[in-house]
Amino acid sequence: MSSWEQKHPGINLGTIDPEAHEEAEELVFGFWVYLMSDMIIFAMLFATYAVELRGIAGGPGPKDLYDIKSVSIETGLLLMSSFTFGMASLAMKYNPRPKFVVYWLIITLCLGLTFLGFESHDFLSVFDKGVGPSRSGFISAYFALVSTHGIHVTLGCLWICVMLAQIMVFGLDKDVKLRLLRLGLFWHFLDVVWVGIFSIVYLQGLAG
Amino acid sequence: MTASDWWYVFFGKLSYDSLPFYSPIAAFAALLVVFGALFVVILITWLGKWKYLWTEWLTSLDHKKIGIMFITISFVMMARALVEASMMRLQQALAYDAPGYLPPDHFSQLFTTHGTIMIFFMAMPFLTGVMNYAMPLQIGARDVSFPLINSLSLAFTSAGAAILMISLCLGKFSTGGWSGYPPYTEMTFNPGVGPDYWIWAVTLSSIGSTMTGINFAVTIYKKRCPGMHLMRMPLFCWTALATSILMIFAMPPLTVATVLLALDRYADMHFFTNNLGGNMMNYANLFWAFGHPEVYILVLPSFGVYSEVFANFSAKKLYGYIGLVSATIAIGFISFLVWVHHFFTMGQTASLNAVFGTATMLVGIPTGVKIYDWILTMYRGRVRFTVPMLYALAFVILFTIGGLTGILLANPAVDYQVHNTLFLVAHFHNMLIPGMLYGMLAGYTYWFPKAFGFRLDEKWGRIAWGCWVVGFVLAFFPLYALGALGMPRRTVEYFEGAYLPWTIVAMVGAVFVLAAFASLLIQLFVSILRRREYNVFAGDPWNGRTIEWMTPAPPPEYNFAVIPTVHERDAFHAMKMRNEAYLPPERYKDIEMPKNSMLGPVFAVAGVMIAFGLTWYIWWMVAAGIGIMMLSVIARSFVKDTKKVIPAWKVKKEHERWLRAVHETPVVSRDYEVSPANRGLAEVSAV
Repeated sequence: MSSWEQKHPGINLGTIDPEAHEEAEELVFGFWVYLMSDMIIFAMLFATYAVELRGIAGGPGPKDLYDIKSVSIETGLLLMSSFTFGMASLAMKYNPRPKFVVYWLIITLCLGLTFLGFESHDFLSVFDKGVGPSRSGFISAYFALVSTHGIHVTLGCLWICVMLAQIMVFGLDKDVKLRLLRLGLFWHFLDVVWVGIFSIVYLQGLAG
Repeated sequence: MTASDWWYVFFGKLSYDSLPFYSPIAAFAALLVVFGALFVVILITWLGKWKYLWTEWLTSLDHKKIGIMFITISFVMMARALVEASMMRLQQALAYDAPGYLPPDHFSQLFTTHGTIMIFFMAMPFLTGVMNYAMPLQIGARDVSFPLINSLSLAFTSAGAAILMISLCLGKFSTGGWSGYPPYTEMTFNPGVGPDYWIWAVTLSSIGSTMTGINFAVTIYKKRCPGMHLMRMPLFCWTALATSILMIFAMPPLTVATVLLALDRYADMHFFTNNLGGNMMNYANLFWAFGHPEVYILVLPSFGVYSEVFANFSAKKLYGYIGLVSATIAIGFISFLVWVHHFFTMGQTASLNAVFGTATMLVGIPTGVKIYDWILTMYRGRVRFTVPMLYALAFVILFTIGGLTGILLANPAVDYQVHNTLFLVAHFHNMLIPGMLYGMLAGYTYWFPKAFGFRLDEKWGRIAWGCWVVGFVLAFFPLYALGALGMPRRTVEYFEGAYLPWTIVAMVGAVFVLAAFASLLIQLFVSILRRREYNVFAGDPWNGRTIEWMTPAPPPEYNFAVIPTVHERDAFHAMKMRNEAYLPPERYKDIEMPKNSMLGPVFAVAGVMIAFGLTWYIWWMVAAGIGIMMLSVIARSFVKDTKKVIPAWKVKKEHERWLRAVHETPVVSRDYEVSPANRGLAEVSAV
């Protein structure tokens, strides 16, 4: 097997760090399989949401609760953060100094945190309308789906912080690179899920 | 704050009433748990084995030791669930026109814990343990892909098992059955801690199994030794792969179902409630989207064991290898298409039922292919009736009967007649006891000499087998009759005299099953006493065909002194035929292995804290448990010193010691396989 062979999804390190590249095959493939399993969790929550769309129980429905402006900003923030994470990955691959990786990760972290801020604002505005997840099956399912994504983003932000600390302590060594590869997949995965939430929950809810 | 507020902060809903003094039977069971635990603690202290236990077992990342620990959990939990089953059989034998000896509430707890334990804490750990032990050896790997995650899977499973044992002592368990259907398990109808115990024990188990699935699938894809193409793998590895893939996709729906039910109960949400838009059918779909693939998660590894056993003890290569592989994959695939047959009667249209009924009958085709392949493997073989083979033979006959009743149930019209009766109970026990348990016991008997270096006692093995078969037939065939007579499952008292003879026969069967379990324990005890007589250090007691038998018994931590290269199926058999087995390698190399880690035990304790705290509303404990988990993972990610190197000279020394022993070991013909003459070096036969 030649060392530059594409071994796994996402950015490959074959040309610059053959040793890490070899080890990445198993680790990143395993992480990819985990993401597929996590995707099933989201799939089940999407299905539950679809079932519960009819469970409004006389309470507010999608049109009463969703705010397209806030959600569009969130989508922009998250897509942008995926771009900046991509920049971090490229910096990791092509720039031997960790400085740029750190900068791009910090920007990604800020975008992620701003996203979480807007999402909390969305949730609070639902509560402001005098209803919560206990009002109806529909609102329960909405909160379960969207906040599961939010919890993932929170853990992703925590992970970025840990990685920043690891870059400080270890520099860009092999383990740090392998972890950044997996964090990258995780971050882009959350983006993909968000695109699903944006189209199925928000766009469909406001259009229908 | 008043005193009771402070009490609530520190101890949640715990109170004097949580203690099991409401019934002598419950109090006795609780005492048994407490004294059993105390006895184990005192025994370990007395033997001075705490350090040994900690360094050699609890913190070990060796897949073989983790596998053995999984199987140990399984046996402990099986003991409890078998006692519960016998208590239910006794109750039903006594309950004709009389209340029997168990109050209804207690009876309901028994069938709930029995089912929950048998599925999540007996069957799952058993098959996870056997796969853990055998699969990496069979594919020529030194360990699984993620040894630490393997240890965490064990931690989650053992935490769930611990929660079930704690539930015997504090509070009452759920009465909602192993499937925990809402709205009965909702707060409105069940405000106690029972359903919460069930939710968190099952959630822990499902997370552990998801991680196991990911780990094993990646191991099989990425860690096979040179030449071990997928189509050269032993069939057990194929079934392990299929089971792992099913775990990856089928466990998450269970996690979602239990967590949403928890949100209903804790946060007053409305996923499955009767009012405010809740939809119970969604729970049924989520649960069985897990529950049906789960059935195949349970039986497929046993199918793998049977394939090994039939081929090995017929001294023939497996008949229809490609057919068996295809059938395994087909069963795995179809398993996702049939879940609605668990609730034909819940009000969907007849057309939908017809689709799922037909899909269900399709499962019979690949399973039939397998049965024929196994029978034809024996055809013209030199069949030896050892204990694993006896289990396999009993399986072929009994499982086929169970499969036929499954085809009956797959017909929605028939299902309407017998659903929720003992007919169903008879059917799924008929699939799972011969299909899953016998297979695992066959695997346990087959690989035990590999794991511990001595064979299990043959006589007690046969007695255990006889009791399992007689016990199973007597305990469950009457249940078909009872179901056809219309006796509902989970009945605590009945007034129909025609049921009585059958319930008495079933109770007699339960006595045999208990005797079978006792025989297994005696077998283990006797074998340990006679371990010198049964020693098979040379490592190949059964004239094995696959490469796990080319290692010493027990194998060293690194499994293979040098990673083997294989050229065909049944590679070890071919090596023996070419006189290439037991040759020293040209060169030994340093071997890198993972160091021990205490993350597993930490996770087990934190898992118990989270689940127990959530069950009893002790929020500081939940926060502490989550904090410990997150901080320990982060701390672990800063540890660089995670590998140890076993130097080449040490590998060489150990390997040469074994090779010398092999050369001094007398060869034994298959006729004396189960006699003390068998020292683990088989006479090679040309078949």
